[in-house]
Amino acid sequence: MQELSLNVNGRPVHTSVDVRMLLVQLLRDDLRLTGTHVGCDTSQCGACTVHVDGEAVKSCAVLAVQVEGCNVLTIEGVAVHEVLHPMQEAFREHHGLQCGFCTPGMILAGMDIVRRRGHQLDEHTVRAELEGNLCRCTGYHNIVKAIIAGAQAMGSPASVAAE
Amino acid sequence: MFTFNYHRPDTLALALDTLTANEEAKLLAGGQTLIATLKQRLASPSDLIDLASIPGLRGIEVNGDRLVVGAMTRHADVENSTLVREALPVLAEVAALIGDPAVRNRGTIGGSIANNDPSADYPAACLGLNATIVTDQRRIEADDFFVGLFETALAADEIVLAVEFSLGGQGAYEKFPNPASRFAMAGALVWRGDGVRVAITGAGQDGVFRWTEAEEALAGDFSVAALEGLELSGDEMIGDIHGSGAYRAHLAGVMTRRAVARIVRS
Repeated sequence: MQELSLNVNGRPVHTSVDVRMLLVQLLRDDLRLTGTHVGCDTSQCGACTVHVDGEAVKSCAVLAVQVEGCNVLTIEGVAVHEVLHPMQEAFREHHGLQCGFCTPGMILAGMDIVRRRGHQLDEHTVRAELEGNLCRCTGYHNIVKAIIAGAQAMGSPASVAAE
Repeated sequence: MFTFNYHRPDTLALALDTLTANEEAKLLAGGQTLIATLKQRLASPSDLIDLASIPGLRGIEVNGDRLVVGAMTRHADVENSTLVREALPVLAEVAALIGDPAVRNRGTIGGSIANNDPSADYPAACLGLNATIVTDQRRIEADDFFVGLFETALAADEIVLAVEFSLGGQGAYEKFPNPASRFAMAGALVWRGDGVRVAITGAGQDGVFRWTEAEEALAGDFSVAALEGLELSGDEMIGDIHGSGAYRAHLAGVMTRRAVARIVRS
């Protein structure tokens, strides 16, 4: 077992883990943050996408011990109290989900696209950037619309002021 | 996953000591291949030595006429580096085609080349751009580094520190990705500088290789027409559920011609 300290959604976590434990297992099984999903478990589908120190990673392809000292953000930490994050709100508004299984990963991937590509996104860019996130309902059309709208909303004065 | 002892040394010396002391140890860089391999129980190292805390292994700089990329530099760093985009744009192009954005936020150049997957992108970049691999012990030319399938010239107790690329010339990388895995079904890196180099990944049974016949033809006449009639042998290419050897040989030719066409147009 290995001692492990990190921050998850802004809260410090001190725990002891088997060195083989994946980050997604730590989040789901130990911390009971089950919003992060396991789809393929082979780092193809992106359902397990979370942020580590502000950047999207596939938590099924990272060992828990590798994130010692890091800040991890999961879907549970995206909203501020009861107010949805602009990217979540855009998914609701544009019906960017059907069964919802891929949605947590899509939202965290969407936020990472904004970090890297800015607030003014076009469809081509979003589709290319989403190559690592699969939706088995094939609901990409509305997902892409939601991310474009969410990106804009994240750059609006009200959203910037809230952060 | 079989269990292992996890180490996270904060100096290179400590990492080397641990590596030397444990014959069955493996180095962990970004983990984007190794962790999947461990999960499938295709590897069972006694010790895992995480290189993440060793200072000085991550970063990009221009040193004279060389671009130096630290071994722990992630694909996203290379893809988005202004320095790389200006000094050696083809390298940023290669990095941007690896995996997907989340994978590129973790995967590293050192990890990729030390693994030498026959369908990976960086081996083609290193071989095509005549890179030098710098380790804690020596400097290895790319021509001598990629030995075979998942095999390199690295000794068991050797650690890649950086990859150096010469500046100058023009390069282009064309890749036909497998739509599911995004690994190359065939990829061609063509470079035109003092001479011409053509490196093919994704296709060869022994991993990345130089297509010398194409290089010779292009050295005389750098044009798509110069490649007419040149074909790789399907017998020496990978054949699997994704495509036959003949298909990959054909694809490698197409990718090479596209890369040449792009350099000619630029």
